[in-house]
Amino acid sequence: MVDLTDQQRAVADGGSGKGAAMAMRLVADAAVILGAPRLVPVESAHIDGCLYHGDGGTEFAETLVAGGARVRVPATLNIGSLDLLNPAQVRLPPHERKMALRLMRAYEHLGCRATWTCAPYQNGHRPGVGAQVAWGESNAVVFVNSVLGARTNRYGDYLDIACAIAGAAPDYGLHRTAARRATIALAVTAPDHVLADDATWPALGAILGRRAGSTIAAINGVTAHATEDRLKALGATAASVGEVALFHVVGVTPEAPTLAAACQDAPPETIIPVTEADILAAMASLSNAPRAAVTAVAIGSPHCSLGEIDALVTALDGRQVALPFYVNTSRDVVTALESDGRRAVLDAAGITIVADTCIVATPIIDGDGVLMTNSGKFAHYAPGNINHGVVFAALSDCVARAVQP
Amino acid sequence: MTLAARTIIPGEGTGEALTLTAPLSLWGGVDPVTGTIVAGHHPERGVVLTGRVLLIERLVGSSSSAAIMLELIRNCTAPAAVVLGSVDAILAIGALVGTALDYSAPPIVLLEPWPTHPPQGQLRVTAEGPAHSQALINATPD
Repeated sequence: MVDLTDQQRAVADGGSGKGAAMAMRLVADAAVILGAPRLVPVESAHIDGCLYHGDGGTEFAETLVAGGARVRVPATLNIGSLDLLNPAQVRLPPHERKMALRLMRAYEHLGCRATWTCAPYQNGHRPGVGAQVAWGESNAVVFVNSVLGARTNRYGDYLDIACAIAGAAPDYGLHRTAARRATIALAVTAPDHVLADDATWPALGAILGRRAGSTIAAINGVTAHATEDRLKALGATAASVGEVALFHVVGVTPEAPTLAAACQDAPPETIIPVTEADILAAMASLSNAPRAAVTAVAIGSPHCSLGEIDALVTALDGRQVALPFYVNTSRDVVTALESDGRRAVLDAAGITIVADTCIVATPIIDGDGVLMTNSGKFAHYAPGNINHGVVFAALSDCVARAVQP
Repeated sequence: MTLAARTIIPGEGTGEALTLTAPLSLWGGVDPVTGTIVAGHHPERGVVLTGRVLLIERLVGSSSSAAIMLELIRNCTAPAAVVLGSVDAILAIGALVGTALDYSAPPIVLLEPWPTHPPQGQLRVTAEGPAHSQALINATPD
């Protein structure tokens, strides 16, 4: 049995209404299954359950709303199934469209912040080192754990909002210090020009995902080149390809000032060498179609930061794209782009902006084809989700292909 | 024949055994409207798991598999029972939400160690509550 506090027990028994009781009981029941002896209070949440997978999710969220539930801690929302800034570009049939919108609205009624992004950490939601949080969505989880040093497990649909309403999560796994220890090391030895190539970082993520799985790894040898956007890309790819929820980068991430610190003073059990050849092979493995067959380009998985949009504008250099070119980002980023004229530059170049959702999570791209992308996560999901072949390449290559007449 | 297992989600279910010979993600791998396995290249692709006692040694990833479990429950296309080779909270959460919304969820039990020859034919799974209690998998005569 899980040891609830008096306050938690009172909520589970209905003292704060039926919705809060349902949420608290779900967290408590999950804790029992996960072997957690008690719950840990959390200071924030990030919710993935707002993406439509069927009417059950809408029923669950609306039942919580009808039962008077509200989130007890600040909670941001991951992508929905609709682009509410440009609804026509999502081609959902009428019933699914209606239920997907009701789902999004229900999460707003629960008190969540309508951020509609998989990069909340670059849109105002940045927990500090050691903060206990309940986050969902695999890339957001790996970023908040690894780059920010906060503490969460991979909380999936239904449990994420239940933790936000309960204000607590099962006290197990990555909430605990000992579980955050790196037990393997990835020793990267590659020339500076390889590490300075943005395409290397999703490739490192693919290697991490395949070799480490859910084991915690410390990556050594990349200190000088690790920017936040590169770590975002690495983590997102790793979390898609494997079950990576936390990694350390020696000399960069908060829990890894040294390899010894990342390993909590126990030597790593395995050291995996990663060479330039390994990186190039991993890059190649993310593609499964020829460049000549590309029919569309997409960037922004996770959602583009303002810096990544700037890099796109620089690469475009005033040219227009000749292929559909989708930039997936948050509505907050779109607002910023509209306020300073960068949106107009993108529009003039023929770029299609997708906000609140993304091209592999909802039907935006028509038919089958080949998608070119600089995102390891798009490369991983496009074949299964939108029946597209993929070509993985750096942003500059994607732009070069897109502007070809 | 009786196998001892451990309860993840309590309940009782009876049906013909269906053992998956490769790992499966419910999300992207099962059509919740028809209960059919749709995962590309899966050895049991095309098989309907509705009403079967599903034996899966290992599930794959995606936390959105909880949503597919809930849809199967709501659509009455769920298996009669699920026997897992390792604890999977995601599937369990789908079942917990189904129960909370007053639907009928199949029992889910943990069978460790996974048998070399999983049971075949008609099975009854009886899982006592709460989680971690004893559960039984019985072969029943047709």
